[in-house]
Amino acid sequence: MKVEMRHISKSFGPVRALQDVSLTVEAGTIHGLLGENGAGKTTLMKILSGYLRPDRGEIFLDGRPVRFTSPAEGLRHGIGMLHQDPMDFPAMSVLDNFMMGHEGGFWLDRRGARRALQELARQFGFDLDPDARVDRLTVGERQQLELLRLLWRGVRVLILDEPTTGISAPQKVRLFETLRRLAGEGKTIIFVTHKLEEVEELCHRVTVLRQGHLAGEATPPYSPQRLIEMMFGRPLPMPERQPVPPGEPVLEIQNLVVGDHRLRLSRANLIVRSGEIIGLAGMEGSGQQLFMRACAGLVRPWEGSIRVRGKDLTGKPYHAFLEAGVLFVPANRLEEGLIPGLTLTEHFQLVYPNGRYLIDWEQARAEAQRRIRDFNIRGKPETVVEALSGGNQQRTLLALIRTPAHLLLLEHPTRGLDVESSMWVWRRLKERAQEGAALMVISSDLQELLQYCDRIIVFFSGRISEPIAAEELTLDRLGHMIAGRGW
Amino acid sequence: MTPEWIFGLAGVLAAAAPLLIAVIGETFSERAGVVNLSVNGAMLLAAMAGFAVAVRTGSLELGFFAGVVIGALMALVVAFASLTLRQSQVAVGLVLALLGRDLAYFLGNPFMGMPGPRVGALPIPVLKDLPVLGPLLFQQSPVVYISLITVALAWVWIFRTRPGLVLRGVGERPPAAFVRGVPVTRVRYGYTVLGGALVGFAGAAYTLDLKGGWQGPISGIDGIGWIVLAITIFGGWHPVRGAFGALLFALLQWLSLVLQPRLPGIPSQVLNVAPFPLMIFALLLTNLGNTEWVQTALSRLPESSRRFALRVLHSLQVSPPAALGTVFEEE
Repeated sequence: MKVEMRHISKSFGPVRALQDVSLTVEAGTIHGLLGENGAGKTTLMKILSGYLRPDRGEIFLDGRPVRFTSPAEGLRHGIGMLHQDPMDFPAMSVLDNFMMGHEGGFWLDRRGARRALQELARQFGFDLDPDARVDRLTVGERQQLELLRLLWRGVRVLILDEPTTGISAPQKVRLFETLRRLAGEGKTIIFVTHKLEEVEELCHRVTVLRQGHLAGEATPPYSPQRLIEMMFGRPLPMPERQPVPPGEPVLEIQNLVVGDHRLRLSRANLIVRSGEIIGLAGMEGSGQQLFMRACAGLVRPWEGSIRVRGKDLTGKPYHAFLEAGVLFVPANRLEEGLIPGLTLTEHFQLVYPNGRYLIDWEQARAEAQRRIRDFNIRGKPETVVEALSGGNQQRTLLALIRTPAHLLLLEHPTRGLDVESSMWVWRRLKERAQEGAALMVISSDLQELLQYCDRIIVFFSGRISEPIAAEELTLDRLGHMIAGRGW
Repeated sequence: MTPEWIFGLAGVLAAAAPLLIAVIGETFSERAGVVNLSVNGAMLLAAMAGFAVAVRTGSLELGFFAGVVIGALMALVVAFASLTLRQSQVAVGLVLALLGRDLAYFLGNPFMGMPGPRVGALPIPVLKDLPVLGPLLFQQSPVVYISLITVALAWVWIFRTRPGLVLRGVGERPPAAFVRGVPVTRVRYGYTVLGGALVGFAGAAYTLDLKGGWQGPISGIDGIGWIVLAITIFGGWHPVRGAFGALLFALLQWLSLVLQPRLPGIPSQVLNVAPFPLMIFALLLTNLGNTEWVQTALSRLPESSRRFALRVLHSLQVSPPAALGTVFEEE
């Protein structure tokens, strides 16, 4: 089905999310929608799927004008969207998720649905247990489930919003294969991303958005330079590696054994020195999160000891770790890191109290203003954090890191961020290292780990590798190691 | 001769019947994501109104109908305030709970102590003569039969039908249901009102069946609504488990009566109150498996016993509909 969106505009209050954006996608092609965070990609796609209504503009399917007032109507016209955060029901089974919203008779036909699910999964080579609960699945598997569900519903236009965020490398390969095959079968695929490599690898054509405007279109062979210019309005400089001479040991781990009800990690010994950045690589749930949380004092180790700057902190409560200068920045920005409903000023006041019982809001606001400028956050002191875009939430988290910090532990600091924001984050982290902090970073972006970390530790289903110097690793070798090969 | 304890248990079943119906009602509305805290007030008002209508018209059916309408209307107020006006469900429900109770006592004054019609036992032919089961199950009032049928139907509806699946989805994650084409707000309205209607029916059952008549503040109905809310949680928003909770509570109350003459050393107040802390204890047990320290303790057990312990805990574990009490805006 051919999709045309003409002159679409959409505002949220005073914020103009989209201004006069047009998009044409031919049937049977994979069309990329590229842009940095906050460029309006997701808004445009939510309009196409019927989730949002445009203020102005028209949508044509195969040349016929349509107007959706709900996702139900979008679905009826054959448009299905895979949202960035899987829109599924974590507490329910795979099969129930698969059936939810599917039209049919009054009685649930579990057997029929199970057969359909298994048949589709077999066709695409996915391995999904119909009886597993969805919250036990990886993000990639949840995405596969949503994909199959939409196909079962008979969608002809498939929108994928940042589908590679949070999925493993093999899952990504499989996803791309699947999309190529679906396009070959005549389905229209719209692929929303902020990653250039993915556009180059997959898309037959790409539309670039910048700050709610149409920035341009391109067809292969793509020029990355040109695409970056369209995304940002100017070329971006690439950072170069400057090794920092390591200093005193900051974190010393001896014979550490950590585990939870699911996983038991192998024994670990590690010394991290001041100025060093250690990368933790591994597929989601291989143990790196647990390991980092143990170093942060959030998980009590079963055996072994943790010393920070010579002080034994084993088994001590979290605030002892905080006092020792250990700082943990979790991946779930809104769930664990920030407090939805509180403004930027209030966040800064929580972390940097002025020591008195009454808050001088005048001064607090000025203080917040300063940090907002320092950290390049697009927001006002009175903006509530959930209204910020992902990149700006990440900047806020970094602005909330107390000084002095001796050990910084960061989970996915650049997840969901565009190239420019990621580079900004890493620049800040490097500065911290140069100032003498030791850093430990979890990331699923192997390229970025190789580029910015001094040493990398690989995790594979609870096994922990020795730290490996980043220069000795290649992307290929690292990719094999996180999949459990070539240890 | 039928032993006495069978009549006792039959009494437990009768006492639990309105509880069962109200618990199923609240389960429906909470499954859809709406906490209707007005249950206590709605039950009292429905009990009073049901009795008053039955006295005036001489018709039990109209009495029950009045109860159903009152319950549905109060639920509609909660639904409108929370789903359309986007106000706090808790605040609206609490105010309605108080309002319903006071209105019931005030408006019910003229009917206090009046004689009125009452549902009688309806023995079921043939089945009533079965040993043990006959007197236990088949010589009861129609309300008991209705309560058991309601539990069964609710289970089938929630777990075996397409609308039931949608109901679970709406309470779990409204945006995801919306994306799949479900008219979330309409569904929530529907189940809240249905739940209120069942609660109203249960209220009327007290004055028209179980207690027989309206006695104002000493009718012994005040407080039951709160127990209904607790049992809904205890039952993990599952109709059959909720039914067990209601039966357990009625059983505990009966035991406290039976044990009183046999345990003269214990003050009667202790036995009267005992069912309440016991319910709290039961609630604690069901949530034990969710706590981190239990999980950690379990993870150190040897594999075989760990599996077993996990299975037991998992079967007890309940998780509320994730979107319970939240506001959802389409668009």
